[in-house]
Amino acid sequence: MTSPSAPSRPALTADTLTDTQKRALITRLQALADDEIILAHRDSEWTGHAPILEEDIALANIAQDEIGHALMYLTLREQLDGQQADQLTFFRGPREYTNVQLVELPKGDWAFTMLRQYLYDAFEALYLDALRASTYAPLAEVANKAVREEKFHLQHTALWVERLGLGTEESRRRLQDALNTQWAYTSQLFQPTDGEAELIAAGITPDPAAVHARWDGLVRAHLDRSGLQVPAGDGHPFTRAQHSEALLYLLTEMQSTAREHADAQVW
Amino acid sequence: MTAPHTHPSRITPQHVWDALSLVPDPEIPVVSITDMGMVREVEVQEGQVSVTFTPTFSGCPALHVIRQSIVDAVRDLGVQDVTVHSTLTPPWTTDWIQEDARERLRQYGIAPPAPAGDQLITLDPEPTRCPRCHSLNVRMTASFGPTLCKRLYVCDACKEPFEGFKSV
Repeated sequence: MTSPSAPSRPALTADTLTDTQKRALITRLQALADDEIILAHRDSEWTGHAPILEEDIALANIAQDEIGHALMYLTLREQLDGQQADQLTFFRGPREYTNVQLVELPKGDWAFTMLRQYLYDAFEALYLDALRASTYAPLAEVANKAVREEKFHLQHTALWVERLGLGTEESRRRLQDALNTQWAYTSQLFQPTDGEAELIAAGITPDPAAVHARWDGLVRAHLDRSGLQVPAGDGHPFTRAQHSEALLYLLTEMQSTAREHADAQVW
Repeated sequence: MTAPHTHPSRITPQHVWDALSLVPDPEIPVVSITDMGMVREVEVQEGQVSVTFTPTFSGCPALHVIRQSIVDAVRDLGVQDVTVHSTLTPPWTTDWIQEDARERLRQYGIAPPAPAGDQLITLDPEPTRCPRCHSLNVRMTASFGPTLCKRLYVCDACKEPFEGFKSV
């Protein structure tokens, strides 16, 4: 007699994905990696400039983790289409990058940087938490690894939101200003990527709408406790193909060494 | 150091494990990569050695150094054919750090990690003991430290600052 347990979906491998699933997964992996790379670069702009040494170190740690996550996503992509992480990172221009605009906004002041990192960390932690159930085994493995690191980011930036929100009149004002600017950009984090419906149906990636609902509950409660007001209004209607001018300058700086020495083996 | 003159065809997995147990963690030299639970598997077949290791943190800059140290340690046994694989599954956890290594961490001034548990997403940090006076009356002064795996504390009982291993 066969087992009466509920039928479980077979774990997928790179060989059992359909071509359309593969294309959609490459798009999603690149989107996840691009968000991490661009945010990590913005964070790295504080190296040597953060308000105190401990925070300089903390933000460098966070940036380093995010680059580690990007590398894991891009290693999964390489297994699907052979494209290499360094090539994708340093030799694509702003028209080819697929990050959300939230992460490319210039770094602003400390409140702006901490709030953005907090909003993003909450997204990433919850997205990864859902991604652990992926039917594509290599992706579930990456999620299980990354989610353990992400909890430290979220603890850290949640505390900064509280500290600045409940701190002085000026720290609260700066944080509220940052929230007024950034809130409309957050909905872009939860837009499905091209062809993603098929991935969701196959259990390969989570439904971004479900992640959005969890994120909204967590973040609104915390912002409220921290004395902030979430602005009303709809999110910006950008797609991942649309960028601000800021990305051009960011990539010019980030890619300059690699492009200057394109045949270097180590740098 | 283990058996430099053993013929490659006589190398056993235990020789390799013993050699790897002498490879220090590049950032915390009082513990080895085997103490840390980073070496997951050693296979020996007809003089070929294959080692599987798992990274502690995905963005750890010491990974290249560790990989090379593994190759060097096995080559020192007289084996030329060494391959090093990395795996993410199961994900590394501080629960794998050996008991005696925890004590060495503590003597070195680093609070060993608390049990990791299952609660992955929480806003509260885990309890930590001062490695010098064992008090739980400690304050975290920075949630990130000089390496990805540590954070900074001050003990309010003995007033000493110290580093604590993150519980992952």
